[in-house]
Amino acid sequence: MSETPLLVIKNLHASVDGKPILRGLDLTVNRGEIHALMGPNGSGKSTLSNVICGHPNYEVTEGEIHFMGQNITEMEPDERAKLGIFLAFQYPTSIPGVTLANFLLASVKAIRGADNVKLLPFRKELVAQMQELGINQDFAKRYVNEGFSGGEKKRCEILQMAMLKPALAILDETDSGLDIDALRIVSEGVNRLTTPEMGVLVITHYQRLLNHIKPHKVHVLVHGRIVQSGGPEIALQLEENGYDELLKAHGLEPAGV
Amino acid sequence: MSSDAALLEEIGQDYKYGFHDNDEKYVYKSSKGLTREIVETISKQKNEPQWMLERRLEALEIFNSKPMPEWGSDLSEIDFSDIHYFMKANEGVEKSWDDVPEYIKKTFDRLGIPEAERKFLAGVSAQYDSEVVYHSIREDLEKLGVIFLDMDSGLKEYPEIVQKYFGTIIPSIDNKFAALNTAVWSGGSFIVVPAGVKVEIPLQAYFRINAQNMGQFERTLIIAQPGSSVHYIEGCTAPIYASDSLHSAVVELIAEEGSTIRYTTIQNWSNNVFNLVTKRAYAYKNATVEWIDGNLGSKITMKYPAVHLMEEGARGEVLSIAYAGKGQHQDAGAKMVHLAPNTASTVLSKSISRDGGRTSYRGLVKVAPDAHNVRVNVRCDALLLDDKSRSDTYPYMEIDNKDVQVGHEATVSKIGDEQLFYLMSRGLSENDAIAMIVNGFFEPFIKELPMEYAVELNRLIQLEMEGSIG
Ligand SMILES: Nc1ncnc2c1ncn2[C@@H]1O[C@H](COP(=O)(O)OP(=O)(O)OP(=O)(O)O)[C@@H](O)[C@H]1O
Ligand SMILES: [Mg+2]
Repeated sequence: MSETPLLVIKNLHASVDGKPILRGLDLTVNRGEIHALMGPNGSGKSTLSNVICGHPNYEVTEGEIHFMGQNITEMEPDERAKLGIFLAFQYPTSIPGVTLANFLLASVKAIRGADNVKLLPFRKELVAQMQELGINQDFAKRYVNEGFSGGEKKRCEILQMAMLKPALAILDETDSGLDIDALRIVSEGVNRLTTPEMGVLVITHYQRLLNHIKPHKVHVLVHGRIVQSGGPEIALQLEENGYDELLKAHGLEPAGV
Repeated sequence: MSSDAALLEEIGQDYKYGFHDNDEKYVYKSSKGLTREIVETISKQKNEPQWMLERRLEALEIFNSKPMPEWGSDLSEIDFSDIHYFMKANEGVEKSWDDVPEYIKKTFDRLGIPEAERKFLAGVSAQYDSEVVYHSIREDLEKLGVIFLDMDSGLKEYPEIVQKYFGTIIPSIDNKFAALNTAVWSGGSFIVVPAGVKVEIPLQAYFRINAQNMGQFERTLIIAQPGSSVHYIEGCTAPIYASDSLHSAVVELIAEEGSTIRYTTIQNWSNNVFNLVTKRAYAYKNATVEWIDGNLGSKITMKYPAVHLMEEGARGEVLSIAYAGKGQHQDAGAKMVHLAPNTASTVLSKSISRDGGRTSYRGLVKVAPDAHNVRVNVRCDALLLDDKSRSDTYPYMEIDNKDVQVGHEATVSKIGDEQLFYLMSRGLSENDAIAMIVNGFFEPFIKELPMEYAVELNRLIQLEMEGSIG
């Protein structure tokens, strides 16, 4: 077994429009591990996921991101996707006029190689995955995220994960917007899709998701830095006490407007 | 062919050898510039009736007397004296495939277009291999009594129908380029669908090719008799290589009571072409006319398909897309003229500009004083793929009746970073991501096309995004 960690982030600094958001972030995710990332609104969780995936609007000013031993800090988003990085977006964007089926076919082809994708097996697989996730088959013909409810968007993000079979899945608040049943279905889906070779980074505000998707490690992001790491108990403590103490300890204003 | 020899004589010393191929064969062309002699020669060459010659000559005078349009695109670069108005290939003689620009050949390759079709598209061949297909379609149509000919044959075989309708929808006086077309027209389609006949398969100019080379000044006339329906498709999604730089067609449609005409155009001119086309339809009682118009390529396109809603219950629709890349201006739109009560029209125009390209929507909606209960819906959406590109809307409304429902909506948007990132994060390259967004934007248009055209248009957009064309 190779001991190379799946994802290694070293001293990552990133800014948007010249404004620093991430300020020296370190994180290592090994294969087979599920990590949860928590932290107050605006602390930089989505920024981190965007930066890992290579969003062009975020500039890495210092530090490095390594994936499977390869420095990916300067790579294009599509190259990273092909290496096996996947992000389930907090706010999935809509693509008018492009059907979910066509979009999925194009991305599956891009990831697996066009020659490795045959239409009939693809369709079968898609139908099966939609069933597993409780997504009506009509959605295949609908335009990507166009007019989808919040929960429907989140389910479709997991559907994409199911089809693309990434090595690293980042789930950015996939639980928000899901009703109680959907939360269970989606979490079961994620668990089903998580193989021992995979790493998962779950971003969430709530313990309830972590009841379904059990993390090995929990990190707390505050003001662009991971200020606390540990086991699942951290999430429970946060649920109990909120972020106030952590914020104070780092010289920041507590929440509340 | 002796008539070609005769043509050569008449045109005089001034002819020049056209394209050379390896076998030292050549085609003849008229000398450059537009004169009365050239118009007379064209008419004589085609053995036309006297009245057509007179129409041509009258049109020539109108053309000469009318100033260039001052609105719209900048047409000052067109040099009318530097154009060959008539070319005829010697039988069995083809312009050489070697003369076709490399980038067009490459496009054909990438589109996977069969050899025969490519040669036609490139203007190289007046012949092509699918005679069998052509004939079986011809037989089916003949059984239904449908006339589907090139315009020159139409004039020969049905002179009285042509004389009755030619130029009644778009007279020479209409505009300078309609006059030019009338003076020098050659080719185009002539279609008559008898009463009650519904033509199930789309009629494609593609199937008509063996008769005539298409020319730059084609003239099309379609008559749908009461209760009939027909779908005509012209052009193709591959670039049409034009040796001359001016394409000026005239298309006249007559939709009689209760009939339906759909006219689909997808053209992708090479980027040295001025594409100035006049298209107009008359829709009579309860008739429907739909213009489905796709404009890619060309240097400048000015094209505003029109429907005159002549009688009650008539419906008009224009669904158009335009793509303007570097150095291109697509000035396209629609005209809906409501002359009768209870008529309806819909316009949906979608345009994309990239690399400094420019698109304009120019539309006119006119409602006559006694045309009450009219419904009009105009929507134009423009998508800019970068900051250098441009899009404008010029909607004109002349509404002289109060009992009118008019909807007008125009949007201009820039391609979204978030959309691009979303698609790229799923493995699509930047170009593929842009192509997918563009395809999605054009989807309301694409879904109206027959399957094979839709597929080709998708592929073409993909190629445009890779910057491999023009
Ligand atoms: N594209 C952007 N332009 C401007 N500011 C941005 C941009 N992206 C992020 N920011 C800012 O960076 C900070 C971190 O945002 P981010 O979305 O990463 O927070 P988050 O931890 O995901 O919060 P939440 O829990 O609310 O989702 C915020 O102050 C946000 O306003
Ligand atoms: Mg967030």
